[in-house]
Amino acid sequence: MIRFDAVSKRYPGGRDALSDVSFEIAERQMVFLTGHSGAGKSTLLKLIMLMERPSRGQVFVGGQNLARLGRRQIPGLRRQVGVVFQNHQLLFDRTVYDNVALPLLIAGLGQKETGRRVRAALSKVGLSGKEGQLPIALSGGEQQRVGIARAVVNKPPVLLADEPTGNLDPVLSREIMALFGEFNQVGVTVLIATHDLELIEEIDHPKMQLSAGRVVS
Amino acid sequence: MTDRKPTPGATRQQLRPGLRSWLVHHRSVALQTLKDIADQGLANFLSCLVIGIAMALPTLFYLTLINVAQVSERWDGQPRLSLYLSAGAKPTAVLAKVSGLAAGSDVDLISSEDALMQFASSSGFSDVLLALDDNPLPSVIEVRPEGSVREVGLLIEELSRLTDVDDVTADIAWIERLNALVQFGEYLVIVVGLLLAFGVTLSIGNTIRLSIENRRAEILVVKLVGGTDAFVRRPFLYLGLWYGLGGAVLCCLMLWGSMLLLQAPLHVLIASYEASFSLRGLMVADVAALVLIGVVLGIMGASLSVGRHLRKIEPQ
Repeated sequence: MIRFDAVSKRYPGGRDALSDVSFEIAERQMVFLTGHSGAGKSTLLKLIMLMERPSRGQVFVGGQNLARLGRRQIPGLRRQVGVVFQNHQLLFDRTVYDNVALPLLIAGLGQKETGRRVRAALSKVGLSGKEGQLPIALSGGEQQRVGIARAVVNKPPVLLADEPTGNLDPVLSREIMALFGEFNQVGVTVLIATHDLELIEEIDHPKMQLSAGRVVS
Repeated sequence: MTDRKPTPGATRQQLRPGLRSWLVHHRSVALQTLKDIADQGLANFLSCLVIGIAMALPTLFYLTLINVAQVSERWDGQPRLSLYLSAGAKPTAVLAKVSGLAAGSDVDLISSEDALMQFASSSGFSDVLLALDDNPLPSVIEVRPEGSVREVGLLIEELSRLTDVDDVTADIAWIERLNALVQFGEYLVIVVGLLLAFGVTLSIGNTIRLSIENRRAEILVVKLVGGTDAFVRRPFLYLGLWYGLGGAVLCCLMLWGSMLLLQAPLHVLIASYEASFSLRGLMVADVAALVLIGVVLGIMGASLSVGRHLRKIEPQ
């Protein structure tokens, strides 16, 4: 589902964020990406979403070579890849409903279907009844759940998460990870970047460790 | 991490945007941007006012021009042409030719005999004139031509080419000057109009740029979750449309007010010339044209600004 072929990424200024990274994540797999801050986890995720392009090597998502995608095809790719950010990236002047509905609005879904899916996604993350609230009125854990609901409302085949539990206490973190596990159970390919080794120790999924831009295990 | 089989099918479960939902989205974006504008009433009113003033100036000039042109067209002091015939000419034959050339005009023949008698009776030189062997006065044909100044000019050229016509006199220089002035004014309106249209476009573009900066976070999120360029652009284009429309409406209101203010002094002026004249104000077609221009400039300014600034906002 996600394949890296000898991918390197060098940022202007000469810093190598990734060097010669190759791996493959099968469909329906859930994989943890670990490593210290600055090991290249975020860069790796950005390459999958075409927020960055590799300096060398090739990235495939769903069998599609991302090097072949032009600027105009980036939105199409991003609709296939749900993303959860550490800082949520929510719109604080919009209600929870509007935040979650955004990908469906972009996809041009009808109002009825949108309402149905938004409510389903919110109920899935345990936020039923909070549709009308503004994100600022929610706790950090709840805000993260809104972000997750937005990432999955479009039913993307791939779900990425960049430090989704970075700001949360261990109990909430475990809940969030369990949530990702549930999405994986229904067939979504999940890749989660985290530096919280303690948290994922007890979770039985493949782990891939990055160190200084290289895959070490 | 072992399965190497590509699964393109899984990525194709895209949601096809139907035309209906596309239209619904357009409507909701249009209404939402309008609401955003209303929420920041004063600032946006001022933006529209700037656009309105910039549009009102050339339009006011244009209306003045139309009215001046209207005066010159309806001027009843049509030039009177006098054709002095050569001594050997047969006046009636020339008269027929002239009537042919100046169809639809009043044509009068004053034969040399008539002229002499008139002169004799009015001047008191009758004794002297009777003492002359020959009649020194030429026959004269008077023409009151119909048509525009241009057509009259052409007619004069044709008439002076007739063999038996010695000379043609006409006093139309002042009309020609007025006409040239009106024509110059037309060019001036176009030039000033283009400059101000450029100004309006830039002004709208700048307003849109500020709006883009204000909504930076939203643009980033929309791009992250797969919003196309068209989707991101749409609200700003509508914003430009509303600014242009608002500017055009304010422009019409200002012109209407100006006309009300100018009407009274203008009537005093016109009455002093004892002419009947009604001020041609803004007509429905003018309002429609202004609205169209405003909307087009608005969308143009917005799309220029959006094209320049949206590219720079990419999720990092």
